[in-house]
Amino acid sequence: MTAREQASQLKARFGDLISEPVEFCGDVTVRLADAERVVEVCDFAKKELGFNFLVDISSLDNYGEDPRWTVVYHLRGLETGCELRLKTDVSEEKSELPTVTGVWRTADWHEREIYDMMGIRFRGHPDLRRILMWEGYPYFPLRKDFPLAGKSSEVPEVAFTRPAPLAGGPFVTVAGGKDAIEREPRVRNPED
Amino acid sequence: MAEVQDIEFKDPAAHSASVAEELQDIQGEKMVLNMGPSHPATHGVLRIILELDGEIITKAVPDVGYLHRGDEKIAENMTYTQFIPYTDRLDYLAPLANNVAYALAVEKLLGIHDKLPPRCQYIRVICCELARISSHLLGLGAYAMDVGAITVFLLSFTEREKIYNLCESLTGARFTTSYTRIGGVSRDTPPGWCAAVRKFVNEVVINIAEVETLLTRNKIWVDRTRDVGVISKETAIDYGLSGPNLRGSGIEYDLRKAQPYLCYRDLQFDIPVGSVGDSYDRYLVRMEEMRQSVRIIHQCLDKMPGGFDNASKEPVNVADGKIVLPPKDRVLSSMEELIHQFILVTQGMNVRPGEIYFGHENPKGELGFYLQSRGGGTPYRLKIRSPSFVNLSVLPHIMPGHMMSDTVVILGSLDFVMGECDR
Repeated sequence: MTAREQASQLKARFGDLISEPVEFCGDVTVRLADAERVVEVCDFAKKELGFNFLVDISSLDNYGEDPRWTVVYHLRGLETGCELRLKTDVSEEKSELPTVTGVWRTADWHEREIYDMMGIRFRGHPDLRRILMWEGYPYFPLRKDFPLAGKSSEVPEVAFTRPAPLAGGPFVTVAGGKDAIEREPRVRNPED
Repeated sequence: MAEVQDIEFKDPAAHSASVAEELQDIQGEKMVLNMGPSHPATHGVLRIILELDGEIITKAVPDVGYLHRGDEKIAENMTYTQFIPYTDRLDYLAPLANNVAYALAVEKLLGIHDKLPPRCQYIRVICCELARISSHLLGLGAYAMDVGAITVFLLSFTEREKIYNLCESLTGARFTTSYTRIGGVSRDTPPGWCAAVRKFVNEVVINIAEVETLLTRNKIWVDRTRDVGVISKETAIDYGLSGPNLRGSGIEYDLRKAQPYLCYRDLQFDIPVGSVGDSYDRYLVRMEEMRQSVRIIHQCLDKMPGGFDNASKEPVNVADGKIVLPPKDRVLSSMEELIHQFILVTQGMNVRPGEIYFGHENPKGELGFYLQSRGGGTPYRLKIRSPSFVNLSVLPHIMPGHMMSDTVVILGSLDFVMGECDR
């Protein structure tokens, strides 16, 4: 069974909750309309469709759009050889969705990383702490409105951060700004 | 899949927890021991907070992030080509393999991954396999040294030196190679390089055999590594392990076979798998993988399109001026190439909107890139799925119940790199 057929099975089981599968470069993507039901869908995908291996969980900051967050799950069946990408949107006000650590334990560190970098919380996670940054760091650095240079912060006797000196240059992008094709490439300060 | 024997592994945490409760009055408090971030056995800057009951570990909490540099954030602020040097610094023991993995990911997004010239594919495969041998040699040398067999370290580093020399003549750098470009490689192999690779792989098998005689039947080595850090098949899958750690647990899964990329489809090689999933199995798997890599390199050299020194002038880059920089002499003499050069350098290639995930069989496991483009020259999001990060997440599960001195064995057998774990 191909990934596309499995995606259709997922759709058959969950109906309108699952979007039509989209294929791009051989990757099959389905969208889940309600992030609250992600555990149910993942559990079905694992038990019934054989997606026993969770490759990765990523997060996206759709800055300036609503809903702001997208959480992306990469599922794989080691026996079936199929891969499926499951995407679900989470609004900024909520910034929370249920954890899938009960389905695949590898989700533990991936979800901690997303919480650390983006500030999306996973309800029911056994140990939702920062993983790459230190406890007490006040920002979520992978958000698009967080500057590349960083911000000042200090946790006394633990660690501190200062903005890094940036030389500017053509490729310093700002959230919501023009992209590399549109903007004047030669002169640019990091803060404009 | 081959017949694999599963060994029931009691959950040592639960076991020791119930025992600890009974004996609390006799034993008193548990000791919390901080290991790392600067500890020779943690191979970089991993920190583990161990809770000890005498010499038995009852709890292990890994603390990662000391080498976090924000590569994913940095990637959003530069062109696709500019990120290549950052990939060197992920798994810095196998930079060539990271370069190839990243280039293949971007090429998949561009839709040119199946249009790569054959010579480029063969060169890239040789690079990947050299990186695999290099990484495994270091992993093995450090692993054996931590367990007390220092000779292995000296032997494996002698061979790694030769790989560094090969890297230097191929890329100009010994360590931070940045060899691939999107749509090809930065330069063709220099004269005599392929012959040097052939000479090297003939030498390295002798060395591997020597290491084998030092370790495989060595009673001390076997006693220290057997049944230590057992990862069952179910646990390995549940925790998303990849690479030799997954195969050491008896799961025959290798991305080079499961989702063949480059010219791996045309090459003959075997996937070694373990039977028990202990530290000794992971050692055996890595030993055999090096031999298989040698086998792959021999085949690549035999089949190399254009021969060793490219007498027939086979291309090594895709013929697309909007992706690959044109040759310098053409830039100075032709209008179209000048424009291509200018656009590529100032704006980067214009990548169509879309998103892909590409997983590459790196020496440490599956190095994956999730790329999302919304058009333009910079990625909107680049997520690195690093094998070391995922492989380390199994530590709290397998460490409890072992002796304190087994930590170095388990860490050595997992073979991780913090540059990649922390990104």
